[in-house]
Amino acid sequence: MAYQLTVSPDFTPDHISGWYIFNTWLQKALGEAIHLELYNDFATQRKAILDDRVDLIYANPFDAAMLVREKGFVPVARPGGKADEAIIAVRDDQNAQAVEDLSPGCRIAATDDPDVNLMCAIMLEPAELNADNTSRETKDSYPLVAKAVIQGQADLGFFLAEAFESLSGITRKQLRPLVASQIQIIHHAMLAGPKLAERRDELRDQLTGMAADPKGPGVLQSLGFASWEAVEDEEMEFMIDLMDTLSFQPA
Amino acid sequence: MQDMDPADIVGDYREHNLSYHDGSSRRVLVTDTEVPYPDGRLIVSRTDPAGIITQVNPSFVEMSGYTEDELLGQPHHILRHPDMPPAAFQDLWDTVQRGEKWHGYVKNLRKDGACYWVLATVIPNVRGGRTTGYTSVRRKPSRRKVEECIQTYPTLF
Repeated sequence: MAYQLTVSPDFTPDHISGWYIFNTWLQKALGEAIHLELYNDFATQRKAILDDRVDLIYANPFDAAMLVREKGFVPVARPGGKADEAIIAVRDDQNAQAVEDLSPGCRIAATDDPDVNLMCAIMLEPAELNADNTSRETKDSYPLVAKAVIQGQADLGFFLAEAFESLSGITRKQLRPLVASQIQIIHHAMLAGPKLAERRDELRDQLTGMAADPKGPGVLQSLGFASWEAVEDEEMEFMIDLMDTLSFQPA
Repeated sequence: MQDMDPADIVGDYREHNLSYHDGSSRRVLVTDTEVPYPDGRLIVSRTDPAGIITQVNPSFVEMSGYTEDELLGQPHHILRHPDMPPAAFQDLWDTVQRGEKWHGYVKNLRKDGACYWVLATVIPNVRGGRTTGYTSVRRKPSRRKVEECIQTYPTLF
């Protein structure tokens, strides 16, 4: 029976075909049948993880604790030099120049991307804005978050920085980043489930050697990054601890 | 740990002698300058179980005013500001040694004698059931909370 590979649902639409190309490459590299399953949202993907249907996952850092500490996944690799960063943006004609200029009651548009929403919530803390004194509407994509802010249905939007940068020029012109994270140490990672854990070293060697493989750079380009870097157990545990500290919300 | 050097201090300063839980002491030099916490950053460090710094991120280095080499291997109380009540750090150690997370508003001391306020969270690194060290993550605090601390901390000595 084929193994199942899945990808954190926050990948940008430009890279859907890239993950299919990657899966074809990976099946050849490992000599195994692997089925790529792309879930539409985090809730559906988490259900598949809890049902033990996932064997390999390009995981959102928010889910890493559950995957590693509860479901026995092991870290394999991360995209080289690429960290998750977030942006809070307002409509360009808004007066606010800093988060401290925002008031309780403001309306937020966001996706269901958990690490972006966590980073953005932390960036609102200096203004003492939180789930109790703001309202949040969840959109299916970052372009829809942008649309809600531009049309005045929301006062601010939470964006993955990469997704903000990939908005069309005309959309970005109507938005203004209020604050951008520079955290540098939160990143997605490829994790192997219990059925593939014994083959972690082989998998890691294949991924980290991908840039040198004749077909590798083209596949990497279709994913939107230049290389894979190995992730050791302790590095992953450190990031899980870090995410744990961020789950604290000041009163 | 070496005493602070007047040559590193920017502006007028006051001198304090701080005593630490490990029995050591240090002369620290303090100015009235507060450096604002930069937006969007997290200041991250790790220590061994004794509180000796083993890892710092670039934001930690930048805000502390020290170089990375000056920080690694030093006790975390290299950042201790004399305006911080010792009871806060006692509570920190009591909490993390119970295996729990600690949160608090902390005024830190920079190498140049200035200060910066943070909202700190400290978590024990538990590996195989054993605490191998601590991770501390600081974020930008609300100004109202900082002002509350400026009022209440002097009453805790």
